[in-house]
Amino acid sequence: MALKGRLKDFGITQLLNLVNLARKTGTLYLDGSEGKVHLCFREGKLIYLAMQGEEKNLLTLLLEANKLTSKQVQIVESNMAGRTDRDIAMTLVQAGHIKQQDVAASARQNVLEQMYRIFSWQEGTFRFEPSALPVQGKMTVSIALENVIMEGSRRLKEWERLQEEVPDLDVPLKFAERPTTPLRDINLTVEEWRVISFVNPRNTIRRIAQSNNMSEFQIRKIAYSLLQAGLVEFIHAPRQAVVHVKNDTPGRKRKGQDKKVIAKPVSQRRPAVKRGLIHKLIDRIREL
Amino acid sequence: MQTLKIVVTGPFSSGKTELIQTISEIDVVSTDRSISREAERIKDATTVAMDFGRITIDDELILYLFGTPGQRRFDFMWEILSEGMLGFVVMVDSSRPETFREARRILNTFRNYSPVPYIVAANKQDMEDSWPADDLRIVLKIAPDIKVVPCIATDRESVKGVLLELLYSILAIMDRDDVE
Repeated sequence: MALKGRLKDFGITQLLNLVNLARKTGTLYLDGSEGKVHLCFREGKLIYLAMQGEEKNLLTLLLEANKLTSKQVQIVESNMAGRTDRDIAMTLVQAGHIKQQDVAASARQNVLEQMYRIFSWQEGTFRFEPSALPVQGKMTVSIALENVIMEGSRRLKEWERLQEEVPDLDVPLKFAERPTTPLRDINLTVEEWRVISFVNPRNTIRRIAQSNNMSEFQIRKIAYSLLQAGLVEFIHAPRQAVVHVKNDTPGRKRKGQDKKVIAKPVSQRRPAVKRGLIHKLIDRIREL
Repeated sequence: MQTLKIVVTGPFSSGKTELIQTISEIDVVSTDRSISREAERIKDATTVAMDFGRITIDDELILYLFGTPGQRRFDFMWEILSEGMLGFVVMVDSSRPETFREARRILNTFRNYSPVPYIVAANKQDMEDSWPADDLRIVLKIAPDIKVVPCIATDRESVKGVLLELLYSILAIMDRDDVE
């Protein structure tokens, strides 16, 4: 008999705890405001997860993990059309193109990323079908739930804090007039640099995220760290520009949050600058 | 407050960081890491992501200088950095002809990113075996209307000259666009 209910009554953490403690085998179907997903468990371990409309096949995962080149992917796709991920993995491993552990690591990483996205869904329904395991031909993993629950809970708390610190993504950032931290002491990650390079009164935080293909969680985290370091500040003028942000956040999504506008390609934008500004620059540099 | 951006690009070890450090009014924020590749063991550290310097023009205007990472494995950053740039400077180590081809490749890549004005800075002119700017123009196949400016990135006046030449080029292109 299927277990059914509403997530606001019985949350993801509780469901995972139940599956873990009862060492359940079966499939959990979630139908939330952010989409539909099914998670397969074998004896209390997570073995597969698929979010409707966002399923990635093995070749995509290996390409993203730089384990295969796009040319290799094209060749495999044309030679092995119609074959399952599991068949493709076995063929590639046997042929020595990839290592078995690379396949496993890519699949595991993908499942975990998706898992943390849905971790804090609070709206929607769930249904657990015991014994049902629709994973034929799929790449499965085996992930103990204890650590998933702990990490998910940690991310949830972090997310809630980030939402308080960076509540509005539709404001631009600017560089601090007088940085509070000695700049020599600051070490930035590549991801932080990517954000820094977009800091401009014309770019909202949301637009920066969109340009860098970052989730709300990622951009909030980076914006918060840059704000904390005193490198950037909010510009509190209201802005209308809203662009789509990949919503793989562990947090709750507000209705209507994912409005889209068409942004010009990054590389094609040429700043509209008046001649007077260039003369100002020239005068200033001459003075230096 | 308005901000403008100039990008300083060029091959590995061409002097991008030095140029920005020489002219920036703030400590340059850079992410230097030890160099692992044997072929790139020319200096002890190189820019991983980019350098970032600032020149305050007045209360309402700030110029930011962004240096790109020189090593090819970080070239995914280039297009990101080129977003919204006013113009760019291609730094070339005039004393290392083995980098000229790479300089040419970088120049073409940036030209494709954005149709903004640019100049070439023939750096390290204080080195005994540096190539003259005119020779660099030939080997790099630089068009006559693009400036190739002799440069010593550690010398403030020289760096000012490079930036001014870029700004003059920007003005010239504005004039040309007005005519068209």
